Amino acid sequence: MTARLSVQGITHSYGKKPALNNVGFSLEKGSFCALLGPNGAGKSTLFSILTRLFVPDAGDVSVAGQSLSRAPGKALAQIGVVFQQPTLDLDLTVRRNLKYFAALHGMSGTVADKRINTVLERVNMRERMHEKVRALNGGHRRRMEIARALIHEPQVLLLDEPTVGLDAATRQAITGHVHDLAAEQDLTVLWATHLVDEVRDNDRLIVLHKGIVLADGSAAGIADGMTLQSRFLEMTGGSE
Amino acid sequence: MKAALICLAAIVHREASRFVSQRGRFLAAIVRPLVWLIVFAAGFRAALGLSIQPPYQTYITYEVYIVPGLCGMIQLFSGMQSSLSLVYDREMGSMRLLMTSPIPRWWLLFCKLFASTTISIFQVYTFLAIAALTGIDFSFAGYVAILPALILTGLMLGALGLLLSSTINQLENFAGVMNFVIFPMFFLSTALYPLWKMAEASPLLRDICAFNPFSHGVELIRFALYGQFNGMALVWVLLAFGVFLGLSILGYDPARGIVRRKA
Repeated sequence: MTARLSVQGITHSYGKKPALNNVGFSLEKGSFCALLGPNGAGKSTLFSILTRLFVPDAGDVSVAGQSLSRAPGKALAQIGVVFQQPTLDLDLTVRRNLKYFAALHGMSGTVADKRINTVLERVNMRERMHEKVRALNGGHRRRMEIARALIHEPQVLLLDEPTVGLDAATRQAITGHVHDLAAEQDLTVLWATHLVDEVRDNDRLIVLHKGIVLADGSAAGIADGMTLQSRFLEMTGGSE
Repeated sequence: MKAALICLAAIVHREASRFVSQRGRFLAAIVRPLVWLIVFAAGFRAALGLSIQPPYQTYITYEVYIVPGLCGMIQLFSGMQSSLSLVYDREMGSMRLLMTSPIPRWWLLFCKLFASTTISIFQVYTFLAIAALTGIDFSFAGYVAILPALILTGLMLGALGLLLSSTINQLENFAGVMNFVIFPMFFLSTALYPLWKMAEASPLLRDICAFNPFSHGVELIRFALYGQFNGMALVWVLLAFGVFLGLSILGYDPARGIVRRKA
């Protein structure tokens, strides 16, 4: 089976400061993979590279068989992204925000409307469609961003610390929701976080620390009888 | 192709609705040149005599002389404003969202540029309409003929804004743009005084004015306003547009430029 998301030998540095060193992994369809790392581990750099904000010094990424460096348009069309920082226009309605994004992917008119209805329904927000984003709470805004990331029916969903600033209940709801998406929609999910409680035992887990992949396997396997929290602290030298 | 046009329409729509919602910005854009026209030019009228020079075929008042320069000024401010909003967009992350679009990046940047040019032209015509109400009016043909000139100068100044936004790290640095870009570009140009008047003061100033692409934008508008064509100005404006756009595309290139330095 070919990998949905394949990251090969990514190395990148900012000037002399290395950020990522030979990072590689590949994810199958329908898999939920948590990318766990303390702050400064290189998660955001990796996300910038995965979304082609910039190209790495070495290595390549391929998405659904399309190389990000050779066919960026085709590869990007298969990626949905939820950035750590909210990127919504607060003074526009939910629908207008989504319409704008749909247009960035070349969708308009009834095609876009249909997709917007579908994705909002999936996050149970259809009735909020005509509200201004400013009127939504943090959890709803995040759900809306997840909906937005799915408008163009990508095969891979990338989320960079999507639960930052949310309360525990909302955090749990969103984590659960994205797990369901991966299982039900055969979506490949890469979920960056520094919070171990967002990782389930049967999730794929990649531990990133100081730009290096420290561990890659099932969360339960990596925890190896310990709690994931203590195992993680042990691996990263408690530097969180 | 269709996707590219949908994208263009969406970006223009977004920038336009943003502009409409910022009434203060529109008001400032219109009031600024009107203050120059009504207050500054009125005072200067007595001090500055203008001889007959192309494209003028008769003596003109100073108010009439500075109108094309003020049109250019509106576009200059508008171009810098859109550059500011690009820096803001980058800090707020919406630029990142734009960059994840599968549509080629140079086209996305062009869409932004096109949107800001459209808005600046709308501002120029509003200004000209108010100027006409105060008695400073031009022929209908002139109003039509400046449209292509305004498109070109708007694109050129917008591209300059784009280039600046690709080199400015933070919003705070933007004050520098005012001091080091807008003011010198405006004052060291033919917007306020003709070249020969500058030459009287200093040949060096004259040369700087003649080199300044903004001068050529203003002259392109000035000649068009009288149904005349200034080939030299056109070449300069196109050249400057090409250089600014080329450099800003490099600046936004994922393999180099600012986006690489700023994660």
